[in-house]
Amino acid sequence: MAVAIDVVDISKQFRLYNEKHTSLKERVIHGGKMPFTPFWALKDVNVEIDEGETFGILGRNGCGKSTLLKCVAGILKPTSGEIRVRGSLAAMLELGAGFQPDLSGRDNIFLNGSLLGLSHADIEKRFDAIVAFAELEDFIDNQVKFYSSGMYVRLGFAVAVNVEPDVLLVDEVLAVGDAAFQRKCLDHVKRFQKEGRTIVVVSHGTDTIRQNCSKAMVMNHGKVITIDEPGEAIRAYLADLLGVGTLDNSESGGIEGNVFAIGAVQAEHGGSGSRSHLYPGESLTITADLDSLAAVDNAIATIAIHDDRNELVFASDPDDPGCQMEIPLGGGMVRFYFPEVPLLDGTYSVSIGIRSRTQTAIFDWKDQVTQFEVANPGRATGRVRLPLDVSFRLRSVLHTGEVPVAAPIGGIPGAPVAEQIVS
Amino acid sequence: MSLSVDRPSAPGSDPVATIGGTTRFVPGQRHHQVTVVNGKVQLGQRIVDLWRNRDLLFLLIRTQLKVKYKDSVLGYVWSMLNPTLVLAIYYVVFKVISRNNQPYFAIWLFCGLLVWNLFNNSAMSATGVVVGNSHIVKKVAFPRELLALSTVGVSLVLFAIQVGVLILALLIFGIVPAWSYLPLLPLALVALIVFTSALSIFLSAVNVYLRDTQHLTEVLLMAWFWGTPIVYAFGLISTELAKPRWHSLVWIKYVYLSNPVTPIAMAFQRAIYGKTQYTYHGAVTHILPVWGVGTFSLLLTVDLAVSVGLFLGALVVFGRLEGNFAEEL
Repeated sequence: MAVAIDVVDISKQFRLYNEKHTSLKERVIHGGKMPFTPFWALKDVNVEIDEGETFGILGRNGCGKSTLLKCVAGILKPTSGEIRVRGSLAAMLELGAGFQPDLSGRDNIFLNGSLLGLSHADIEKRFDAIVAFAELEDFIDNQVKFYSSGMYVRLGFAVAVNVEPDVLLVDEVLAVGDAAFQRKCLDHVKRFQKEGRTIVVVSHGTDTIRQNCSKAMVMNHGKVITIDEPGEAIRAYLADLLGVGTLDNSESGGIEGNVFAIGAVQAEHGGSGSRSHLYPGESLTITADLDSLAAVDNAIATIAIHDDRNELVFASDPDDPGCQMEIPLGGGMVRFYFPEVPLLDGTYSVSIGIRSRTQTAIFDWKDQVTQFEVANPGRATGRVRLPLDVSFRLRSVLHTGEVPVAAPIGGIPGAPVAEQIVS
Repeated sequence: MSLSVDRPSAPGSDPVATIGGTTRFVPGQRHHQVTVVNGKVQLGQRIVDLWRNRDLLFLLIRTQLKVKYKDSVLGYVWSMLNPTLVLAIYYVVFKVISRNNQPYFAIWLFCGLLVWNLFNNSAMSATGVVVGNSHIVKKVAFPRELLALSTVGVSLVLFAIQVGVLILALLIFGIVPAWSYLPLLPLALVALIVFTSALSIFLSAVNVYLRDTQHLTEVLLMAWFWGTPIVYAFGLISTELAKPRWHSLVWIKYVYLSNPVTPIAMAFQRAIYGKTQYTYHGAVTHILPVWGVGTFSLLLTVDLAVSVGLFLGALVVFGRLEGNFAEEL
């Protein structure tokens, strides 16, 4: 497969001016010199993105991912290195960039389309499709400044996707508009993928990357950390974000006088095979090594699970007698066993703590020390796999000629309700 | 240390799995075109890009014109009112108050102002155009020189409107232009456009880094205006310099002529105003040199050649500075 985007040894230096002299007077006073600190936003970045790939870029704020995207788009010029892009390219760095508030939606479609590289004839051909996509048929001749923010963004997205580029660069703009519009955008992205176009997405949302990308790259401090399949990359990203990953678990001692230290933590699923992820409903075992310099008989082990948006999914009950334990001198191993994990797709991080039952003291607390991945082979979506039973029963009451009007709230539509009405 | 991530390859659950297996879109011609982004300034590529994006240029011009007169009742009439008012003021000051004897002085003034307005309007608005459109420059990749060129385009539209007013005035006053000199005007206009574009592109880029440029430009353009024979005649200068007491200062004349706007303004005056001298109470006043069409052509050709050189230079400077626009704005 041909390479769509070839990034070769790209470096980009920014100058962080200690004091910025943009006026002539200041420049003269300082002899034309401006003290600055060089800052490498990108350093020796090499990536090959194949045609037809949907490529995600992950990284913390300021890691250089947006700078890289701007370099690929040609908005910024790299300090050294070269980027080769095969085919036409459109960048969605901001929706509706270049809209003139004083012009009508119609004029802005032409302006924005031209900025994205379409000829006048091209835009005329696609004009109706763009308006229909943006759902703005009634407002297209109104000035854009009177548009709601939703309308504005929809128009921006509609123009950008209707450019139909060979290579599309997207910077965290997929989440626009209401749910129906988002679905339409995703459908459009899917169609692009099917047609073999190349898409590069920069996002913080690991879910977006996981669901849409075929490959992902993690960046930090302007360097490439890893380029891998999305799952692996997300793991590396979270490890980077949470400061775990290659962390030596023995590095920090216990909080309470170093009596305790939680050592290596492991997560294992109860499923068969060597797969690295967990299927929903499988068991999960978390084990943690524990070093102890004293015998404690009133310790409580706690565990908490967070999702990739750092929202708490579960935290154990400290009053649960099963969590209370005696820990002898020298320590041992704590085992947390979940017989069934009813979670759906996602990466979840695990935090583990050992605290005293009688005092408020925390012996040791390891925040988000490890993580596990749940991958759902089915098509259910969401966070939790709720037990579900769907059944169908014939509505026998219809023979009596009575028509059930509306089921009361909480009632199950069907025979039992109808029987109530009859009686 | 932990479970690593791996997608199950269950059919239908993975959107990626369908790539390559299904129909690929038909590669267009542009599909095989490779764009290279690096730190170098490729002059040829820049010019090609400018040409490719000419649709955008026209759209930018249209946008600026629309925005300029949006919500105004008189609209385009303003673009005529402004120069007409300037013309009226100069006319009153020089003809009525300071008793200038030149016949149809207003027409003479108009010929020069026409040229100057095109140059001045472009340079002034181009200086702030990249900074003013930072929201586009930071987010969209396109040849940014177009922004500067669009200000020249807008001025050119206003120029056309003013030419209409001038033709009307010529008809009313029954002034006959010097027909043999009229063919010079397209050449003069092209030279003017190229020179103005060069300066506009240069100023728009420099102003991103040195915001004082805007104010400096204002002052320099004012000085430049009075250094160009528009309100007064070139003939007055050359007559004065021909006197023996200014013998050592003849070089001033050549410095004067090296101003690229001067030959262009003089060509307009020569062709439209038509006279090189006038007689008042028996005293002859020379207002323009008695050059033939050939001399004017030569001067304008040199002017054009220099302007093309400056234009290319401006593109190179712009290309150098453009690389960090998104960062500086």
